Amino acid sequence: MAQFLNQMMFGWYPYLCLTVFLVGSWARFDREQYTWRTGSSQLLRRKQLMWGSNLFHVGILIIFMGHFVGLLTPIAIFDAIGIPHGFKQVMAIVVGGVAGLMCLVGISLLTHRRLTDVRIRKTSSFGDTAILLVLFAQLLLGLLTIFVSLGHLDGHEMVKFMNWAQGVLTLQVDSWKWLVDVHPIFKLHLVLGMTIFLVFPFTRLVHIWSAPVWYFGRQGYQVVRTRKQLNAAE
Amino acid sequence: MKIRAQIAMVLNLDKCIGCHTCSITCKNVWTSREGVEYAWFNNVETKPGIGYPKDWENQKRWNGGWKRRGDGSIEPKQGGKWRVLAKIFANPDLPEIDDYYEPFTFDYEHLQKAPELEAFPTARPRSLITGERMEKIVSGPNWEEILGGEFSKRSADYNFEGVQKEMYGQFENTFMMYLPRLCEHCLNPACVASCPSGAIYKREEDGVVLIDQDKCRGWRMCISGCPYKKIYYNWSSGKSEKCILCYPRLEAGMPTVCSETCVGRIRYLGVILYDADRIETAASEKDERNLYDAQTGIFLDPNDPKVIAEARAEGISEQWLEAARRSPIWKMAMEWKVAFPLHPEYRTLPMVWYVPPLSPIQSAAAAGKMGMDGDMPDVRSLRIPLRYLANMLTAGDEEPVALGLERMLAMRAYMRAKSVDGVIDEKIAAKVGMTGAQIEEMYKIMALANYEDRFVIPTTHREWAEDAYDLKASCGFSFGNGCSDGETPSLFGGNKTPAIRKPEEFA
Repeated sequence: MAQFLNQMMFGWYPYLCLTVFLVGSWARFDREQYTWRTGSSQLLRRKQLMWGSNLFHVGILIIFMGHFVGLLTPIAIFDAIGIPHGFKQVMAIVVGGVAGLMCLVGISLLTHRRLTDVRIRKTSSFGDTAILLVLFAQLLLGLLTIFVSLGHLDGHEMVKFMNWAQGVLTLQVDSWKWLVDVHPIFKLHLVLGMTIFLVFPFTRLVHIWSAPVWYFGRQGYQVVRTRKQLNAAE
Repeated sequence: MKIRAQIAMVLNLDKCIGCHTCSITCKNVWTSREGVEYAWFNNVETKPGIGYPKDWENQKRWNGGWKRRGDGSIEPKQGGKWRVLAKIFANPDLPEIDDYYEPFTFDYEHLQKAPELEAFPTARPRSLITGERMEKIVSGPNWEEILGGEFSKRSADYNFEGVQKEMYGQFENTFMMYLPRLCEHCLNPACVASCPSGAIYKREEDGVVLIDQDKCRGWRMCISGCPYKKIYYNWSSGKSEKCILCYPRLEAGMPTVCSETCVGRIRYLGVILYDADRIETAASEKDERNLYDAQTGIFLDPNDPKVIAEARAEGISEQWLEAARRSPIWKMAMEWKVAFPLHPEYRTLPMVWYVPPLSPIQSAAAAGKMGMDGDMPDVRSLRIPLRYLANMLTAGDEEPVALGLERMLAMRAYMRAKSVDGVIDEKIAAKVGMTGAQIEEMYKIMALANYEDRFVIPTTHREWAEDAYDLKASCGFSFGNGCSDGETPSLFGGNKTPAIRKPEEFA
């Protein structure tokens, strides 16, 4: 039974989540782009947002980049450039810990604001509040894993997660076996993490896709549209 | 030279009676929806006053518009691209809704449904955001109507810069005027420049500045970028919205709703041709006081054969060129020089211009000490300080505003001589650098202000640019996903067609 659960949650569930994440995002972008927005509530209440939003976003961006690079860079590359697993593990704990604390302070402010400020509470959708609480829980789980990781600083547990994540993305059906004996906190963190991908297209998180990096590529500052250009594009 | 045409507007403040019909009709058509209850694409302010949103003209506080850097180039005052993106998680320059006002309604139903009481039932205010009771309404979109409120607060008005304002707090010396405001549809819009998504754009064919509601992501940098605070964040849809210059009407040759319904007939719409290649140079002018001249410098004379030939070569239609020649905007802004841009020092090159108001002669002058300049009173002895108008319209340069006011006084004197004394007095016209014929045309357009003289709007001829057959039976003008098929609730949250909630549906 435990084996079946492991296979289901780490063998099959990732594909369900990734599929909904990608197809859902595409469908929403294509069909209902009017709903595609950050959902900022700064207009209604500035208080707590200056610190809360900045700390939360900076923290979570660092954490995101850490997970992305840390999980998906092939182990061979780390070996080739001579980064030992133990060093990578300690880096992950230190950088992730600091960013996680920033993010924790930020999300605490944001959650307090969302639940107690009447203007924000009354104008929040179920999804707005729910995703905030899910992220809060996920962040706490992530911070808790630090204490587990302190018990194996040589990085061998971390390698399991890298193998699993890369195995999932390269369609190796038995990659779930890497995770059979990891600490339950890790398993909870992973399942909740995948669930965030699952609900992603149905929440305001879609604004992540639209991080406006193209702004830097704009020639000058102005944008002028002509009908001729529109016609040419069609 | 790159010639573009723009539908521009002039508002003759000398005739504005502050009736707010423009605001109300605009509101009813465009912003009577959830999320934008507080937003007025058009509003009328009583001046002097701090306006709506509070203190909007003070760019030291809001950082709107452009700033000129040491090297002579310009960038948004809130910062260049890096700084805009650095502020994206929390925008320090964004007004809060209380800087506009918390939108409210009243418990009208209570008046009908209250049981028998000792006291009369009252309709108490209720917030349109939270649905909660509001104990006291502390501000509104026109809080300073007819000089409402204390002078000490109203006199924070930015246009008092360089004016000894204390005396205007005294009843005998007070003055007021109305300032209807809408999006300026600038040539160098700071909102467009500030939008990280590239969702805001200027239409090449008529200069209307629009927000693509699908592409807007709600980063809200345009709201702080616009120095006129004429972009509003819809707290319900999470998108920014702004005045669209009623483009569906303009395209059909009809005036905007605010212009159409103006009972004072103060609004004019017409074509201005300008050189798009020189926008940046004009906006980068070193001395703020020269920005008015710099902007008029890039407007192109529609009667100049070279301009006409070049415009034809660039595909501007004969109908638009004809409209440009008959444009009331060109006449008021360029031929007679009686219309001026609002706050040119923001460097956005605004395209909604204003004819400054005349005002009664100061009481001191009326007591026999009036500063007379021949037959006409000296415009410097008018009740509204010249410097105040200049701060509003020419970045503080009094001379152009003085000349504009003199020409308006000359029009009165000339027409009085003509219709009362039966004399054509060319001297009056010559004194202000005009001819009698010019003054008579000015009288026809500005005083009589017939419909066809106020609105000279060529149709857009979309059928020339687009295949009309493709557009057959397609979706017309709508909000959001209003064009999507089906009635099913969206999987992705939000209503397909924004519903208007009644106050009792909130709580």
